[in-house]
Amino acid sequence: MSIISMILVVLVAFLAGMEGILDEFQFHQPLVACTLIGLVTGNLEAGVILGGTLQMIALGWANIGAAVAPDAALASVASAIILVLGGQGVDGVATAIAVAVPLAVAGLFLTMVVRTLSVVYVHQMDAAAEKGNFFGVELWHIIAVITQGLRIAIPAAALLMIPTETVSNLLNSMPAWLTDGMSIGGGMVVAVGYALVINMMATAEVWPFFAIGFCLAAVSELTLIALGAIALALAFIYMNLSEKGGGSGNGGGGGNVGDPLDDILNDY
Amino acid sequence: MADKKVTLEKKDRFSVCLRSTLMQGSWNYERMQNGGWCYAMIPAIKKLYTTKEEQSAALKRHLEFFNTHPYVASPILGVTLALEEDRANGAPVDDTAIQGIKVGMMGPLAGVGDPVFWYTVRPMIGALGASLAMGGSILGPILFFVLWNIIRWAFMWYTQEFGYKAGMSIAEDLSGGLLQKVTKIASILGMFVLGSLIERWVSLDFVPVVSEVQLSEGAYIDWANLSGGAEGIKEALTQYTSGMSLTDTTTTTLQDNLDDLIPGLMPLLLTFLCMWLLKKNVSPIVIILALFVVGIVGHVIGLL
Repeated sequence: MSIISMILVVLVAFLAGMEGILDEFQFHQPLVACTLIGLVTGNLEAGVILGGTLQMIALGWANIGAAVAPDAALASVASAIILVLGGQGVDGVATAIAVAVPLAVAGLFLTMVVRTLSVVYVHQMDAAAEKGNFFGVELWHIIAVITQGLRIAIPAAALLMIPTETVSNLLNSMPAWLTDGMSIGGGMVVAVGYALVINMMATAEVWPFFAIGFCLAAVSELTLIALGAIALALAFIYMNLSEKGGGSGNGGGGGNVGDPLDDILNDY
Repeated sequence: MADKKVTLEKKDRFSVCLRSTLMQGSWNYERMQNGGWCYAMIPAIKKLYTTKEEQSAALKRHLEFFNTHPYVASPILGVTLALEEDRANGAPVDDTAIQGIKVGMMGPLAGVGDPVFWYTVRPMIGALGASLAMGGSILGPILFFVLWNIIRWAFMWYTQEFGYKAGMSIAEDLSGGLLQKVTKIASILGMFVLGSLIERWVSLDFVPVVSEVQLSEGAYIDWANLSGGAEGIKEALTQYTSGMSLTDTTTTTLQDNLDDLIPGLMPLLLTFLCMWLLKKNVSPIVIILALFVVGIVGHVIGLL
């Protein structure tokens, strides 16, 4: 790998690290991070495919309140680097995914360290605020953002230091039953993300829509865009109808009847 | 207040909006988003207050605990800007009022931001982009990135402006019907799409062979008696499209039987299992690692 590629990879890692906490531009999402690393190292196609596959697993990973989800940033960046170093191109995607998930867990630890470190930074900001020092407050905030970037950039740089042969030998020495088994596991892990999301959103009112979506998805002619359009249409029809029901004065019974099914599902 | 001494111009408000991109930058276990919030407020504080004491007090006021969804912080910023402006112009807005508004709005708004952005918009655009990307199309990541950032910027700027113009009254508006409606539409969309995604993208195949049936002659392609060369290929293809089997036996795996029942039943049950485990407070990380172990063991014993 050329020096320029390496610098660019570390830069992408830095962006991903910052975004891992900011959650604004989404540079830390596998779809973006893996694609960018693929791009700067000349493995665009493999990077895009890895990004897409990993994105499916990470769909439901989100930071809610103080809880932290598995770290998408480290998972995307490190697995993309391993994919590139392994040199197997598109064939290496399954193995890269398999190593990505343990890395997402390892990344959690780094996140917690930096978030604790930020407590110190915030106290520096207090001190600056005491003096009415705007620059001081800004400086410590920016330092915090940079620390978050380094959280991913440093492990990425360290990975790049490992000789290519070592990585590809290691990957090749993984027995087939292990890598196949792990990619089967990867296919199931997707469900965890969805389960997290459903647990947050599910109410008796919206379960029927889940059922419709599930059944319609079996019609393989329907693309995701078509499914989205159907969902949107149903949502508006439902909202309109329930409003009309409410307007006529007797609609109160519509949504709030104690639903035994909901109790069952919630107990599930 | 007809003649205000200082007002926040559009460019000041825009600068606050830009800075709010770094809202979560110094996220910490003690006061969470306080640093980012204060960082975003600085252009306004500089403009509104001139003495060192006032500036220092304002900085400290905005370093108090704050935490919400990073995008819905924008309408709260808008309201706070309006309040700070009134205060700088002599209105009796005290620290408690400002802190009260912040804390009062952050909870309910996070309750909207999380389901709408993290649980509906991102999974939907993400799944759309990912399904394109898995086929190797660069369009997938580009679509995801561009669409997401347009939605995000538009949301942040317009809700901040809305908050600024509505001032105090927004707090009442927000607890009213509109927000509940948005949340409900989002959760309907989200649940529908989740149902589809589980059917399409959770893969769980049971490979054990349930039955192997010897087909009667004429139901499969008789490879030994095909003509040679291109002619043979043509015959084989014609026979295949007419519905003849490629081999002389039909193998039915456990998965085929399950698919006859309901396609995607097993992924659905797996998802329900995960939901149940999560409700029992099993950590998602533990479930993920366990599923990998199940995948490997299942594969080795020939079940998956």
